[in-house]
Amino acid sequence: MNDPVVPAPALSLFRATSFTRKKIRVQKAAGILFGAMACALLVPLLALVVYLVVNAWPALTWEFLTDVPQGGMRRGGIWPALIGTLYLVVFSRLFSTPVGVLAGVYLNEYAKDNWLTRVVNLAVVNLAGVPSIVHALFGVGAFVIFAGLGKSVLAASLTLAIMTLPVMIVATREALAAVPMAFRVACWNLGASRWQTIRTIVLPNSIGGILTGVILEVCRAAGETAPIMFTGAIFFKAVERWDFFPYSPREQCMALSYHLHAISTQVPGVPEPMLYATAVVLLGFVLAFNSLAIVVRFRMRQRKKW
Amino acid sequence: MDIRELHRTVDTADLDLWYGSFQALRRVTVSIRQGLITAMIGPSGCGKTTLLRCFNRMNERYGNARIAGHVRILGRDVYDPDVSLIELRKRVGMVFQRPNPLPLSVYDNVAFGLRVHTPRARRSRRTEAEAVETALAEVGLLDAVQGRLRRKGTELQLEQRQKLCIARLLPLKPEILLMDEPCSALDARGTEAVEELLRRLRGRYTIIIVTHNMAQARRISDECVFMLSGEMVEHSETAAMFVNPKDRRTEEYIEGRYG
Repeated sequence: MNDPVVPAPALSLFRATSFTRKKIRVQKAAGILFGAMACALLVPLLALVVYLVVNAWPALTWEFLTDVPQGGMRRGGIWPALIGTLYLVVFSRLFSTPVGVLAGVYLNEYAKDNWLTRVVNLAVVNLAGVPSIVHALFGVGAFVIFAGLGKSVLAASLTLAIMTLPVMIVATREALAAVPMAFRVACWNLGASRWQTIRTIVLPNSIGGILTGVILEVCRAAGETAPIMFTGAIFFKAVERWDFFPYSPREQCMALSYHLHAISTQVPGVPEPMLYATAVVLLGFVLAFNSLAIVVRFRMRQRKKW
Repeated sequence: MDIRELHRTVDTADLDLWYGSFQALRRVTVSIRQGLITAMIGPSGCGKTTLLRCFNRMNERYGNARIAGHVRILGRDVYDPDVSLIELRKRVGMVFQRPNPLPLSVYDNVAFGLRVHTPRARRSRRTEAEAVETALAEVGLLDAVQGRLRRKGTELQLEQRQKLCIARLLPLKPEILLMDEPCSALDARGTEAVEELLRRLRGRYTIIIVTHNMAQARRISDECVFMLSGEMVEHSETAAMFVNPKDRRTEEYIEGRYG
């Protein structure tokens, strides 16, 4: 039996035409352009960090962190401001975390799609867009004057809490929404109540995302100047070195962000490295917490398998 | 009580269901007999899954579902206002297309149902362990997971995951098991294993299985319900339906002329 004769294929079969070559060229060019934009992101960050650290280097010592300001802020360190920022962060998280997480759980797990839910969602979005200086003025009105807290750690923390609340809610909702619906359906079909489902399945599997939100908002609370400027930050308070409890909640406190603002604009003759060093400490604080958020997220991702 | 009533575990009478303005079920009246495997067949979109979901009131999750008519489980209208969904779902278990074990250990997956229905003070480690072991043995998973009960249920093989999803219903001692295409995500071997399991569970539970696989319906079911466009066309013994369908539409579907 004879094999059928297969005609030789034309030489042009499967060869790129000039139009195909052009398509590939354009695709490559687009890839390179977009990649360059992505890398461009790193440039300002690196430049900023290098510039700050180089200028701050002479003043960056352990002494600088643990010493108190001396000579009208022109010598010494930043200990009281560092502790003050810690105070504000801890107090504001104490207010904003429970409220934000519980509200997020309600909106994602309980709320039906009705006008009330839509109003709350709209409020969350709008609250997130309010400039921090407006939050500051609100804080003055609501907490300093109306609630009678005066300018204090409490008033400033509450202002920061209100400012960070929307992001807390959104982060919580996103973390919850990342838990597959199939798990909830499985629970409900075994006769678990909504709350049992949330407690045993949904929250344990979204805690990583929620924690990430908390940590990122720590950075924001630490970095903002405007909200605390009128509500609780003070220019100077005499504090002992290594005193971890220098402020009572009803007192005003120093804070890194406000301290940086004050010594760079209000006090003449502060040595430049001190200014930069203060900025580096603030930046380091934020970067450290951001890295913590990344670690938390990474560990949670490794743990979950579905 | 009428002796025939005793055999009825799931009844519907003139059941209509709308999703918004789309009517998904039309005047469905069906009664499903206790202890048998009843298969619901029909082309995609015929309403078989919707009907299944009425039996444990799962349709309510889809906010816009409206219902008229009656669904009785063990003689009780489950749409009565004083029916608790939690109690209903304890007695009417459901298995889904994609195996969905909880992200807990194998042991905790099976114990989960007991735990959510028992106040903390009345829980006993021993009864729990016994119930877990019995349930795993009943689905034939005990040997496979022995010594690995602390492993996550989500890490088992697909077929074992589906068996786990069946096992976790059993400690609650349900009367009725609803299965929504339980084998469609499984390969041939997995399908065979699950079908084998259903045969073993037959008699102890009333099993209602939705399937798009006619051959499967024929292999495992005692009775068949054929649905089309939201209507129940025919309900007869499986052997009879496949050999001698009463309705012309059933005949055409079985012959593969549509669907």
